[in-house]
Amino acid sequence: MSDENRSVKISSEQQGADISYPVIKKDHYEKMKGEAEYIRDVPFEGLYESAFVRTTIPHGRIRKINLPDLPEGYHSIGGEDVPFNRCHSVGDEQPVFTDGEVRFIGEAILMIAGPEKKICEELCSRTEVEYDELPAVLELKDATESYQDYHYDKGDPDKAFREAHEVYSETFETGYQEQAYIEPQGVVSVYDREKDLLQIFGSMQCPYYVHGALKIAFERDDSQVRVVQTVTGGAFGGKEDYPSLVSCRAAAAALKTGHPVRISYGRREDMSVTTKRHPAILEYSAALDEQGLITGLRVRIRLDAGGYPGLSCVVLQRSVIAASNVYNVPNMDVSGSIMYTNTPSNGAFRGFGGPQSIFAVETLMNHLAARYGMTPLEYRRKHFFKEGDVTSTNGRVHQHVPIPEMLEKAEELIDYSRKYEEYGKPQTGRYRRGIGMSVFFHGCGFTGSGEAGVPIKDENGNITGYNGGSSLKLVKDNKDRVEILISNTDMGQGLKTTFSKIASKCLGIPYEDVTVKNPDTQRVPNSGPTVASRSIMITGKLVERAALKLKAQWIPGEHQEIEEKYIHPDFLIPWDNDTFQGDAYPAFSYGLNVAEVELDTLTGASRLIDAAGVFDVGHTIDRTIMLGQAEGGMLQAFGYGSMEKMESRNGRLMQNSFTDYMIPTSMDTVPFRIAFIDNPYSWGPFGAKGAGELTLDGGAAAYEAALEEAMGREMSAIPATPERVLKALDGGTEG
Amino acid sequence: MISFTLNGEKVESRGNGNERLLDVLREEFSLTGPKEGCGEGECGACAVLMDGRLTNSCITPLANAAGREVVTIEGYSRTDRYRVLEKCFAEEGAVQCGFCTPGMVMAAEGLLSVDPDPSEEDVRLAISGNLCRCTGYNMIIKAIMRASKEGKGLW
Ligand code: FES
Ligand code: FES
Repeated sequence: MSDENRSVKISSEQQGADISYPVIKKDHYEKMKGEAEYIRDVPFEGLYESAFVRTTIPHGRIRKINLPDLPEGYHSIGGEDVPFNRCHSVGDEQPVFTDGEVRFIGEAILMIAGPEKKICEELCSRTEVEYDELPAVLELKDATESYQDYHYDKGDPDKAFREAHEVYSETFETGYQEQAYIEPQGVVSVYDREKDLLQIFGSMQCPYYVHGALKIAFERDDSQVRVVQTVTGGAFGGKEDYPSLVSCRAAAAALKTGHPVRISYGRREDMSVTTKRHPAILEYSAALDEQGLITGLRVRIRLDAGGYPGLSCVVLQRSVIAASNVYNVPNMDVSGSIMYTNTPSNGAFRGFGGPQSIFAVETLMNHLAARYGMTPLEYRRKHFFKEGDVTSTNGRVHQHVPIPEMLEKAEELIDYSRKYEEYGKPQTGRYRRGIGMSVFFHGCGFTGSGEAGVPIKDENGNITGYNGGSSLKLVKDNKDRVEILISNTDMGQGLKTTFSKIASKCLGIPYEDVTVKNPDTQRVPNSGPTVASRSIMITGKLVERAALKLKAQWIPGEHQEIEEKYIHPDFLIPWDNDTFQGDAYPAFSYGLNVAEVELDTLTGASRLIDAAGVFDVGHTIDRTIMLGQAEGGMLQAFGYGSMEKMESRNGRLMQNSFTDYMIPTSMDTVPFRIAFIDNPYSWGPFGAKGAGELTLDGGAAAYEAALEEAMGREMSAIPATPERVLKALDGGTEG
Repeated sequence: MISFTLNGEKVESRGNGNERLLDVLREEFSLTGPKEGCGEGECGACAVLMDGRLTNSCITPLANAAGREVVTIEGYSRTDRYRVLEKCFAEEGAVQCGFCTPGMVMAAEGLLSVDPDPSEEDVRLAISGNLCRCTGYNMIIKAIMRASKEGKGLW
């Protein structure tokens, strides 16, 4: 552990020091003491519990529902109790309560609410549902119907393939990944009859998503809906749009029963029915010149969206845009589809479509390097893009790309090249070792012009401006304490702390005098969702600008309020979402992972023995918090590449608990060697860029590369389970 | 009535013996520090100390607590040992979403009370029944190691 970030000193007074200097997190004490109130810890008067009757077939129609007699105080709630029975995500496809067509196992048909959870559950289990079954699509590889397709070209891919010295093709597969936040999904709805106010309290990333979904489903105005985030026990994308669905159900029950109603998933229920990372099939063809360098790529990406499209199209956008990762590929032909299957819907998970593409590209690079007698690093060096180069979508790499510095740092931290050479020599014996590297990026913020709001077009279709965009408010009281009013949530990633640091630093007031509370849509403006690694770079920049404005107008002892609205960077090549041309992101964050593994050739089991991560997230707002993002994200990535296995069989997810879906424990990891490269971005607060997702984008590829070296065999699928490894060792084609 | 010691006080529970200790703690005694992450003994979010031993309260029937000494984070957080852990967890950035934290703290105490000077491997093993999805564990391990040094003499 040679790393300078390891021994941090803490001071609550960070005035004068670099902003990166760690502080005690705003919510540290309440969380340590167990006093922080997660939704299940909040008492509600007259609270009703609930349980669900769920679909048991993958595809069909509901013919009849036979409810048992409900005892006094127990109510059944279904589609007829929701005025517009659809839960808004990107579109309005998924019913709040499934009423006609069944599209996957585990959809909620109806809910029983009442005083005792056990009785609700028992009543649900005695409810009989009759179906007319329909043929189901159970595997991504058999899927033929897509919800949405994207395609873009760069350069002249046909020519590149026509003139190629050689064409190399490979198909990659990636599996499910479950977010496995330790606090399961949970919300409580309270209907205030007097004020006609429909309220939701709960564990979530995006209060305004829930707010929007409730307004649509219950046909209400802004002021008739209130959403309050409670302390959230991890989310990782799993609480991006899913809480909208549970909230609509809880709200229907609260309206019908007149009681507060709680939905609180058990672990098995949570894992069985909530959204996961999309399984993917990625077909790559590379046009190569005489030296084996890539002149063109043809890429077809299919993501398994499941029974409803949800956020899948946005996830797919990221996958297709990342199709060439950090490499210069002059000619590209990229298309992607989100496929309809009769399996639980998939959605957001940290990385958001990136990890699938990055696994494929990074593995492809390794395989091509081997074919042309180069080391993975030599081969990559011939392809890395740099400032001024053209991105996959004909945008520009606008800022410095510190990959050379990152490589140097990685050598220093873990001695990659020497170990690569050593493990490359023939190995004998049962246990063998390998080391693998991945280099990757993450586009910061929403894809395309999403951040700017809805484009206003003139009659020729040219964009002349934008409507919407995030805003926030600073409120100073007469004791000169400042509260930041934002809708972004702290779900463990430390936003309360980092936002407070930005404001206090700009205002020149103590960190203790700045507060951020859990958002309540009745108090905070819409500063956008807590997604896409946008919070620090986008909302954080708003905090910075608002704080500087307040400082300029500062009147001691007086109440003051400042509002600030998002400004779109002026250096961008406008994004066209129809053709996928232009700057997809204003900036990229960069990552480099190295994994060193030991493989047991007898059992196919492998374990991590050393690992390094080097990241460029601009300038870090808090070194300790950033280290936490790196540590946590990398371990999730290694889990994704190695042990986290989930499969659906006949439309049913076969793993639904921590007993059969294994996430890494403390015994599955080792001390990581982590370093950050300082590369400030002028449109981010104090130079910060996006950070949270980047850390999970590349670890799986590094892990698999290490295994391949240990085995002396190639693989093209993750997770690298012992069965897959043994198959590859046998010389069979795994997949 | 089942009586036991809870955070240093003698208590009697109205619950019946096969109720889960976790529910009794959270509902009857309003101690919501122990959390439910899985309900099957797999995650450690519900961990408490029973006669000093780390115990997952979600798979412990109330009857097992009879006559024993149960300590939850609420009781433990009043001790000097806790304060050392609190400081070291802060300095090492060992808390993110916090849902695993009360259980982790109990696991730390469970270890340090029998082994005040653990190796890194000892710590790794001691928290191996506590899942944390946020931190990747290393910062928690550092924090516990550091507490064992800074809190010398307390354990
Ligand atoms: S809730 Fe008890 S071990 Fe998970
Ligand atoms: S801090 Fe979130 S689970 Fe450990």
